[in-house]
Amino acid sequence: MAVRAPPTGVRLSRRVADLPPSGIRRFFDLLANMEDVISLGVGEPDFATPWHIREAAIHSLERGYTMYTSNLGLPELRRAIADHLRRLYGVEYDPDDEVLVTVGVSEGLDLALRALLDPGDEVLIPEPSYVSYGPCTTLAGGEPVYVPTRAEDGFELDPESLARRITRRTRAVLIGYPNNPTGAVMPREKLEAIVDLARRHGLVVISDEIYDRLVYVAPHVCVPALPGARDVTVLLGGFSKSYAMTGWRIGYLCAPRDLVAGMVKIHQYGALCAPIMSQKAAIEAIRSGECDVREMVAEYDGRRRLLVHGLNELGLETFEPRGAFYAFPSIRSTGLTSEQFAERLLREQHVAVVPGNAFGSSGEGYVRCCYATGTAGIAEAIERMKRFLVGRLEAQPGSGGDG
Amino acid sequence: MSEAEPTAPFDETTRRILRILERDGRTEPEQIAIMLGLPVEEVTRRIGEAEMAGVIVRHKAVVNWELVGEPVVLALIEVKVTPQRETGFDAIAERIYRFPEARTVYLVSGTYDLAVQVVGRTMRDVATFVAQKLAPLDGVQSTVTHFLLRRYKEDGDILVGHETAERLAVSP
Repeated sequence: MAVRAPPTGVRLSRRVADLPPSGIRRFFDLLANMEDVISLGVGEPDFATPWHIREAAIHSLERGYTMYTSNLGLPELRRAIADHLRRLYGVEYDPDDEVLVTVGVSEGLDLALRALLDPGDEVLIPEPSYVSYGPCTTLAGGEPVYVPTRAEDGFELDPESLARRITRRTRAVLIGYPNNPTGAVMPREKLEAIVDLARRHGLVVISDEIYDRLVYVAPHVCVPALPGARDVTVLLGGFSKSYAMTGWRIGYLCAPRDLVAGMVKIHQYGALCAPIMSQKAAIEAIRSGECDVREMVAEYDGRRRLLVHGLNELGLETFEPRGAFYAFPSIRSTGLTSEQFAERLLREQHVAVVPGNAFGSSGEGYVRCCYATGTAGIAEAIERMKRFLVGRLEAQPGSGGDG
Repeated sequence: MSEAEPTAPFDETTRRILRILERDGRTEPEQIAIMLGLPVEEVTRRIGEAEMAGVIVRHKAVVNWELVGEPVVLALIEVKVTPQRETGFDAIAERIYRFPEARTVYLVSGTYDLAVQVVGRTMRDVATFVAQKLAPLDGVQSTVTHFLLRRYKEDGDILVGHETAERLAVSP
């Protein structure tokens, strides 16, 4: 009998082989053997899911809710999401065919891109932005076109610089505010201008509003609630950040029914439906989680001020983040690149931050610090960063002398 | 029960300071000032006022003595009493709460009147206290003693092992 050849000839698709690995990935190896690390590197709350939500999920398991749901998700949850959005932002979606329950915003984003893009279609993405926007666009056959944003503008997306990059191939604008990694939020006028551009050029606005509840200065502006926006917007939302439910992988997508119908086609062959226990937990979160959200926001706000104050005191210039739970200090004054800074800080002082260039090249010169950690941890992290910076100055007497 | 009336108008700012201190009594005024966007002097003044008014009773650590290996015996004691003319339950309650062995003393509705938590080093300590000090008091009709077998949660703090779940140190 012929011996089967070892699978050396197996190769990945070009699309996947060419995909860069996430810039965050390699820090896992560095962290693996390290103790007493203070992490400002996370992208999730440090609270466990509030107990009443966990308890509701346990109860649903005990009752035997372990089966598939409708592709769209449990009707009760879709109604709850529609009510929730109407109450918070005054935007109307029909729970019967305009709300789709997804496996986190991640799946919603993938569905939106795959449903909208033909090969070579361009997607405008502000930068720095969440790590998956570009790669997911590529995987869906599209071309990410990055629009840099700057600290001087509070990392807001400038509609004019967006407009300059619109071509005949542009199909969608993919924005996420409050922003990961910068903590920026967008003022209403600029969002209106972007919606206006989308309408005039026949673009879809994909709006990732996973951090909608975590705002500290002004109320959140929900994109589809803006005049004329609903028909051209895919709204992505979820429970991970507002209710500390990252591991449940549960989110939703709302859009006009024709678009949702297209996305449901992909979803029914792919994820099929979001896990039923997570859907049950989400119902409880929406129904009775309002108090938890308010407490978390108050708590984050104190930590936000503490971290931003501390970073500025260290001479790491940090603009005021108004949403999400990240500060995005500039580390240019150290003369290090983002990756050097993050790696040395981790090696020398065991503080984990994420290099800004993981979020696109305009993130170079910055690091992302998450304040979803206790006040004692933040104070200690600042103290260690101080030692790190002082240590660097002492190592280079020439550059430290005249401050 | 005539004391413990609200003593001064404590506004939302002071309440926010109190909530921070209630969670972690060691939070420095400087830190609170940054967290709430207030001058340090104002935070210090407000804490002082709260202390003066007895709103902050005192600052203490929550100690889990079981982990220290220090023997501690706790008992919940249901006490039925005869209320007295003029003073009602207050006088007899005071006779009880003055004892340092009485850790908490509550007047409650239901089938008995005072719920008393007693602490001692041994069961004998507690039994002796109940038999020789508490039960013989004038006005005490009867007592029922429940020894605590396990403390799961006290004053909002879970004492029996923590949630062990760890987050990844770096995530997107």
